[in-house]
Amino acid sequence: MLLEVKNLSKHFAGLAALHRISLQIREGEILAIVGPNGAGKSVLFNLINGMLRPTSGQIHFLGEDIAGLKPHLIAHKGIARTFQTTALFDQLRVMDNLAIGYRLRNTHGFWSTIFHSRDWKEDRARTTANVMETLDFIGLAEKAFHPVSSLSQAEQKRLSIGVALISQPKIILLDEPTGGLILEDTDEITDLIKKIYKVAEITICLIEHKMRMVMDLAHRIIVLNFGSMIAEGSPEEISKNPEVIEAYLGAEYLA
Amino acid sequence: MPAIRFLLKKWFYVLLLVLAMALPFLITNRYYFQIVIMGCLFSITTLSLNLILGYTGQASLAHAGFFGIGSYGVALMTKSGISFWLALPLSALFAALIGFLIGLPTLRTRGSYFAIATLCFGVIVSIVAGSWIEFTGGYTGLVGVPHPTPLPLPLIGVIGFETQTAQYYLVLAFLLLTLLVMHRLVYSHLGLSFMAIRNNEALAEAVGVNTFAGKILSFVVANFFAGLAGGIYASLVGSISPSTASIDLTFSWLVYLLLGGAATLAGPIIGAFVIPVIMEYLQFLQEYRLIIFGALLIAVIIYFPRGLMGGFSTLQQRVREFYGQRRGVKHAVRS
Repeated sequence: MLLEVKNLSKHFAGLAALHRISLQIREGEILAIVGPNGAGKSVLFNLINGMLRPTSGQIHFLGEDIAGLKPHLIAHKGIARTFQTTALFDQLRVMDNLAIGYRLRNTHGFWSTIFHSRDWKEDRARTTANVMETLDFIGLAEKAFHPVSSLSQAEQKRLSIGVALISQPKIILLDEPTGGLILEDTDEITDLIKKIYKVAEITICLIEHKMRMVMDLAHRIIVLNFGSMIAEGSPEEISKNPEVIEAYLGAEYLA
Repeated sequence: MPAIRFLLKKWFYVLLLVLAMALPFLITNRYYFQIVIMGCLFSITTLSLNLILGYTGQASLAHAGFFGIGSYGVALMTKSGISFWLALPLSALFAALIGFLIGLPTLRTRGSYFAIATLCFGVIVSIVAGSWIEFTGGYTGLVGVPHPTPLPLPLIGVIGFETQTAQYYLVLAFLLLTLLVMHRLVYSHLGLSFMAIRNNEALAEAVGVNTFAGKILSFVVANFFAGLAGGIYASLVGSISPSTASIDLTFSWLVYLLLGGAATLAGPIIGAFVIPVIMEYLQFLQEYRLIIFGALLIAVIIYFPRGLMGGFSTLQQRVREFYGQRRGVKHAVRS
């Protein structure tokens, strides 16, 4: 088991954003988390990556309890994520964003930087090589020196996935990777996610609203509603689940 | 020949360095020369303020406080007979240590809260300097701080620091050292992580940057150089007082930094030289010149958020894009 969440709850001033969620993410799968707005999907990601502390419950990653650790430590353990509102270092260039993403693989510190020691040079060479490789992988090689602000919405989405990917994580949490994109761009991102799964062999957990895309990508789907898990299963099972249809479309569609 | 290629590529910087080395022979007026020396010294403080404020995005207003700590450290130590060359690094390290201790609580706050917390610390330093009479001499300060101890150098012999020229070379050497360290930091992955903290702290954390440690490191290095500049100041000027640590100094450097260009390496130096000179020319306006600077500061922050140097590089980029586009059009026509 790669990641295991047990009885996880998060309350904001008494209001339960997540209530006793238990789920597992297996190594080498694509798991989709779906649910209406406010169901607690992003809260779950924020708990897993350490941006929020759980009110109660445990998060085990490779058998180790990581609940409540700081985000940068969790990143070092091999959990990468993207954000719902595309988060990038928008004052910097495309390649700088990726170099920052790769930084946790570097070992050199302050004095090595000042004296340009051998480990600094090795790290720099390795970073450059990985930045180039990732640029190719996400299809932004020609934009390496461009400022982030000059990228299109779809390119920014791809770069944000690249920033998560370059650290060679064991799992990537993608928070609405195609949110706000038109159909063609959505297909491109879908292809990129498939490529990450197949070529880079990284486990993927994604939050997504576009059901067509989820059905196409996911091996397994978990449905959240009002902070609770209401269904879990294969895409076929989920698409026939009456509770899911009710949560998404309203009870009158159940007839 | 790599040396020649280096000269051709960096001719502008080499020329600047030669000019800086030749400056004592070009400026004969002692008063102007003193302004240049102060320009170099305040370039060091503005460059270090730039590291924490410009690159890391944490608006420290305690900079003169750490300058003051360095200056009192060197003044007290050299007056009691310790060599300047030992007192200076010790004082700078002491300023860095205090910076570390102050940073631990204050860097947990964000934005304006950090600015206010450091502002308070800066004020406290100058009050302590004014009130701890038996140690700091109170508001009259310390006078008769000796000039830097003569330095025996191989090949050249012993160098004294009684003349303005020697003092200038001393300050220039430390300015170049500061610039070297800043350059190495800024053009590295460590520097990139500082900028990542400035730009998007949550994302920086999520990709594995220890943002708190990064902020502490940047703050400590900045305060080390503030203390270093303070120590040199005490030894060159010969007398210090609580006003050496006053908040007015911090705000002067802030103006140099913002007008010159935050988050650039040339900006702080340009600011630290150009603005005192303008101030000097506007002396006939007395207090009213501050109004002009106020207006200028607002205009720069609105239209050139990255100061003079930022505006310059934007302009450069526009020109390059313009020519790039024309070249692109030509290519398109040809094919």
